[in-house]
Amino acid sequence: MNRRLYVPEDSGALAVGADAVARAAEAAGAEVWRTSSRGLFWLEPLVEVDSAEGRVGYGPCTPADVAAIVAGTPDHPKALGPMDTLPYLQRQQRLTFARAGLTRPLSIADYEAHGGGAGLRAARAMAPEAIIQAIVDSGLRGRGGAAFPAGIKWRTVAQAAGELKYVVCNGDEGDSGTYADRMLLEGDPFLLIEGMAIAARAVGASRGYVYVRSEYPRSVEIFGRAIEVARAAGWLDGFDMEVRMGAGSYVCGEETAMLESLEGRRGVVRAKPPLPAIAGLFGRPTVINNLLTLAAVPTILAEGPAYYRDFGVGRSTGTMPFQLAGNLRFPGLVERAFGVTLRELLFDFGGGTASGRPVKAVQVGGPLGSYVPEEHWDVPLDYEAYAVVGAVLGHGGLVVHDDTADMARLARYAMAFCAQESCGKCTPCRIGSTRGVEVIDKLLAGDERQESLLRDLCDTMKHASLCAMGSMTPLPVLSALNHYPEDFRR
Amino acid sequence: MTQDIVSSTIARHQGQEGPLLPILHELQHTLGYIPREALPQIAQALNLSRAEVHGVVSYYHHFRTEKPTAPVLQVCRAESCQAMGADRLWDHAQAHGGCQVEAVYCLGLCASSPAAMLGEEPLGRLTPEKLDEVLG
Ligand SMILES: Cc1cc2nc3c(=O)[nH]c(=O)nc-3n(C[C@H](O)[C@H](O)[C@H](O)COP(=O)(O)O)c2cc1C
Ligand code: SF4
Ligand code: FES
Repeated sequence: MNRRLYVPEDSGALAVGADAVARAAEAAGAEVWRTSSRGLFWLEPLVEVDSAEGRVGYGPCTPADVAAIVAGTPDHPKALGPMDTLPYLQRQQRLTFARAGLTRPLSIADYEAHGGGAGLRAARAMAPEAIIQAIVDSGLRGRGGAAFPAGIKWRTVAQAAGELKYVVCNGDEGDSGTYADRMLLEGDPFLLIEGMAIAARAVGASRGYVYVRSEYPRSVEIFGRAIEVARAAGWLDGFDMEVRMGAGSYVCGEETAMLESLEGRRGVVRAKPPLPAIAGLFGRPTVINNLLTLAAVPTILAEGPAYYRDFGVGRSTGTMPFQLAGNLRFPGLVERAFGVTLRELLFDFGGGTASGRPVKAVQVGGPLGSYVPEEHWDVPLDYEAYAVVGAVLGHGGLVVHDDTADMARLARYAMAFCAQESCGKCTPCRIGSTRGVEVIDKLLAGDERQESLLRDLCDTMKHASLCAMGSMTPLPVLSALNHYPEDFRR
Repeated sequence: MTQDIVSSTIARHQGQEGPLLPILHELQHTLGYIPREALPQIAQALNLSRAEVHGVVSYYHHFRTEKPTAPVLQVCRAESCQAMGADRLWDHAQAHGGCQVEAVYCLGLCASSPAAMLGEEPLGRLTPEKLDEVLG
């Protein structure tokens, strides 16, 4: 029999040449299985082979490396040994990403062979209210940024009056430095379908939408195919779903702007109330959850709420897929219980900077997140502890900058990004961000009086904006100014 | 010809909930852009005003109403890629001339920064030299 090689087909692997590696493997006579990615992106293209000690890995590979791997050379220069013994994986607690790198994304058989489907089977034997109670008991909070308890949101929708209800998955993943949603859409789509089917059963919804950004065309395509496979396999039972593409607007990640976009309008934020849970998509009761929130659901149903809740600290229960990005030697996905520190992620996992220079600043939680200085790198990553130091976890992305970074320039970028992406509904954000860019420019030109103006402006944006776009842009701006004041005087 | 494509695209999506964005996406996918002449036809079919349809097309960065003059290269200019040399890459891509360069703010390839996308082909750990190779 031909030797079987596993080669990822995640965009992150394709971006560094995985297709060429797969072609070379086929040319060398191997049987090639295209899998999801482990999320160890510095090793991509990563090739794996079965062995007596489980799968062994080789990476990062070029097409030239492949013939020797197919021939079974044991002391290959790219050999990593059994994947299960790699510290980067051993030190993780993978629940949501348990199948990452193991399965073929569109194979239901692979999915079930690796534990998939158990959550939905359990849910089908439960009353809707019991499912909701399990989510409440697990302590699961929204992974899209605001960390609202998912079970409470579901209960509101379940109790809302209406025949037709929706489940909307927020897969917009607008935050730079994040890629976990993309990995799941491309790599383990049935997990999300399972989570949405469970949510639909719990709240009595008959239709679902997954909103995915246009920057992820592969995700849209693969996920669309996964829905067809799941439908044909009879998984959807009284519930149907569709994937919809965004169109390059960051603010469409905000839940009400997303509803506008799904309805076919400009992605302008709606005033609340009414809450989407009461009057959401097309005016119907709607659950909107981040993709990672919904993807955590099958584990909770399969293993029980206590199992999930026992990961984490305090009110931050369960695990978080942290996404390491920017200037790091070993960037990748690290799923860990809440409570891990930034220092562990940066150095024990990330290996310090790729440039070999000192780390200067880390932006945690996307473009609306704070720059976290070294004095806070030992604060546990949990929602409450981060709030105390004026930072946020957001969607779990962290972007590392070395000592060549100019923090004033990054602060200006944050303001300019807000000005560009503002939906224009409220003045503090629309006008404030444009003014903010001008004020930073004057400050950098040497006019020191502008600093208090900038602070006032941030204060207005923070308190008077309608949504977090305007109210959180001050976080990166002021954290840069407060922790790196020398970069603003030159 | 274009008119037929527009009609059949509308027909394929008209029965969906919220069909406007799916129609615009499919048109751009098929033709490479959304011809301005298509907007009145779409407006009429969906019972919207022309101004509404125009408002939607112009709101979203992704939609373009001009035919691209060369293959589209989206270069990521967001923070993770900035930290890994995206600015240099941006300047290089602009100088190259063999493609239509557009800025994008994250492609979800941040663990392989700096990143770009040529058409729908993801590109990571890019250097100016690698970009030249890809663009030929
Ligand atoms: C400007 C802006 C952008 C947002 N982008 C996203 C996003 O890309 N993905 C996401 O899940 N939530 C995003 N959110 C948060 C959503 O509004 C909403 O809180 C979330 O989808 C709710 O799901 P959750 O409770 O599961 O987190 C954004 C919010 C704002 C204000
Ligand atoms: S804060 Fe900005 S993005 Fe949010 S509603 Fe106001 S203008 Fe729109
Ligand atoms: S920041 Fe460039 S791909 Fe995410």
